[in-house]
Amino acid sequence: MSKQFQFKLVLLGESAVGKSSLVLRFVKDQFDDYRESTIGAAFLTQTVTLDDQTTVKFEIWDTAGQERYKSLAPMYYRNANCAVVVYDITQSASLEKARTWIRELQRQADPSIVIALCGNKLDLAARRQVSQEEAKKYAEEEGLMWTETSAKTGEGVTEIFTEIAKKLPLTAPSAARAGARTGGPATRTGVDLNRQSGSAPGQPDACNC
Amino acid sequence: MDEEYDVIVLGTGLTECILSGLLSVEGKKVLHMDRNDYYGGDSASLNLTQLFRKFRDNKEAPAELGRDRDYAVDLVPKFIIANGELTKILVHTDVTRYLEFKQIAGSFVFRDGKISKVPSTEMEAVKSPLMGLFEKRRAKKFFEFLQGWKDEDPTTHQGLDLDKDSMKAVYEKFGLEPGTQDFIGHAMALYLDDDYITKPARPTYDRIILYTTSMARYGKSPYIYPLYGLGELPQSFARLSAIYGGTYMLDKPIQKIVTDASGKFVGVTSNGETVKAKQVIGDPSYFLKSDDGKIRVIEEGKVVRAICILKHPIPETDNSDSCQIIIPQNQVGRQHDIYIAMVSATHNVCAKDVYIAIVSTVVETSVPEKEILPGLNLLGPIHEKFVSITDLYTPTSSGEADNIFITRSYDATSHFETVVDDVQDVWKRVVGTPLVLKKREVEVQE
Repeated sequence: MSKQFQFKLVLLGESAVGKSSLVLRFVKDQFDDYRESTIGAAFLTQTVTLDDQTTVKFEIWDTAGQERYKSLAPMYYRNANCAVVVYDITQSASLEKARTWIRELQRQADPSIVIALCGNKLDLAARRQVSQEEAKKYAEEEGLMWTETSAKTGEGVTEIFTEIAKKLPLTAPSAARAGARTGGPATRTGVDLNRQSGSAPGQPDACNC
Repeated sequence: MDEEYDVIVLGTGLTECILSGLLSVEGKKVLHMDRNDYYGGDSASLNLTQLFRKFRDNKEAPAELGRDRDYAVDLVPKFIIANGELTKILVHTDVTRYLEFKQIAGSFVFRDGKISKVPSTEMEAVKSPLMGLFEKRRAKKFFEFLQGWKDEDPTTHQGLDLDKDSMKAVYEKFGLEPGTQDFIGHAMALYLDDDYITKPARPTYDRIILYTTSMARYGKSPYIYPLYGLGELPQSFARLSAIYGGTYMLDKPIQKIVTDASGKFVGVTSNGETVKAKQVIGDPSYFLKSDDGKIRVIEEGKVVRAICILKHPIPETDNSDSCQIIIPQNQVGRQHDIYIAMVSATHNVCAKDVYIAIVSTVVETSVPEKEILPGLNLLGPIHEKFVSITDLYTPTSSGEADNIFITRSYDATSHFETVVDDVQDVWKRVVGTPLVLKKREVEVQE
């Protein structure tokens, strides 16, 4: 039987580098040129199947705009197994921002976190400001994965997530990992609040309030 | 910052974050700011660095306490009642996706110099050392009466009217001793003082039923607690707000609340820039000084809280990894109960083999620290102690006249029910209609 693992993946990077577009391409294979920032999604999930039939399910957290004024909550980094830090290859300042986010991850996240640096907007390579050499050299120095993608054409998008999946420690079911909130409701060790009033005698259905 | 918002929210305490989240879901354009560089305001959980910054004048935390990041020390000691109003909001807004909860392992009461478990069922009452044999029989009859009460069936009323008769009359009907009344009123109905006794019995009945049904839900205690500390609660509602379009700015000092000639709210000035909005909601700390001479909040008492770092569980609590101990006021000659709330590494709030106990009460004298001694004395050796005396503020007006809506400080109660009362109250003032919780669509795509 094939094994399934679940991991929390967080997205980071400056506003308008295409974080949400990358996820939308990966999860729904869609792209929208005039996309406003994500509204209403707690997080998205997508599954990657590896060669040995192992499946890796990503619980993907978007910043919901909280990165704009440096207001991401510690909760965002908590128990993140992997991170995709995105920059825009046509904006050299966005790589600088990416470096800041990587330092923040190294400070706040679990030391075992897998980090991928991702240069997006490859379809606009004619306006390139960030050379492949520069980004690659930095990634190597920091021990990060690195690639370039285009959320618009889809180039490199599935690949980056598959590469991350291969790098993750697929040794024990994620539910057994320390503090893995990513285990999903079925594998949670704590109490489940959604186990609703049916089990609470004498309480009217909470939905009537 | 030249956009105009529907609502500016000041402070990221739990009350403000719930309101911000609910308003964003409702479609309001919300700007949420905090002067601190962390979420949570007075209801935050702090790491060691932040804790020592706040209470020890920036001194460095001793290395033997372990890693900074392992700590999330609550500033306000509260637990979530499993069947209470906060749980309903957590479930209805779906922020439970971001949170994981554990039970609090035990609920205890201090009586005649000893700590005993609070009985919550007839079975436990029968075994409890809190009552003698005859008193147990009387208490059993009392609990059977409460469990059996049906509004529409007068045969279950035994001649009592919960809406007219006082709780005193109910206690007398069953002949309960003062000591038993103490643990029922304080450790189950969770009253801070004895004012409830002479009032109609209904609210006390509701509170006891809330306690017993909450107890029945998970078994060990009526309380649950979020892993990584209470500070996770405001963060999760802030994320809800952000997902629905709310804008977040931390580390923003607020210089001025701007009003027009008629005193109505115009905007908020931060770092020399003024952002405009139709309404402002904020915690009292943002309204202590006013530029137009108006007094917007008044102090209605003080709470003393001592955050204690221990290297052992609290003695005589069956080595519980977490618990609540209530010291009813009568037991120590006071007007208000003393509470002890303890959590530990099981809840991911501190390093292994460390226990965080907070002793708190409503201040009655000029030496508040002395007032919590009966609680501190139950803890055994205290490794570090951080004492705070906090003013409890309440707004002087509803805000409807000037569009300035102010929340209340976190009170001395041991749970979040009064926080939800405040959320509902402010919502009604801001929106004009009562808060109705609608179930969100489940957006996670499988």
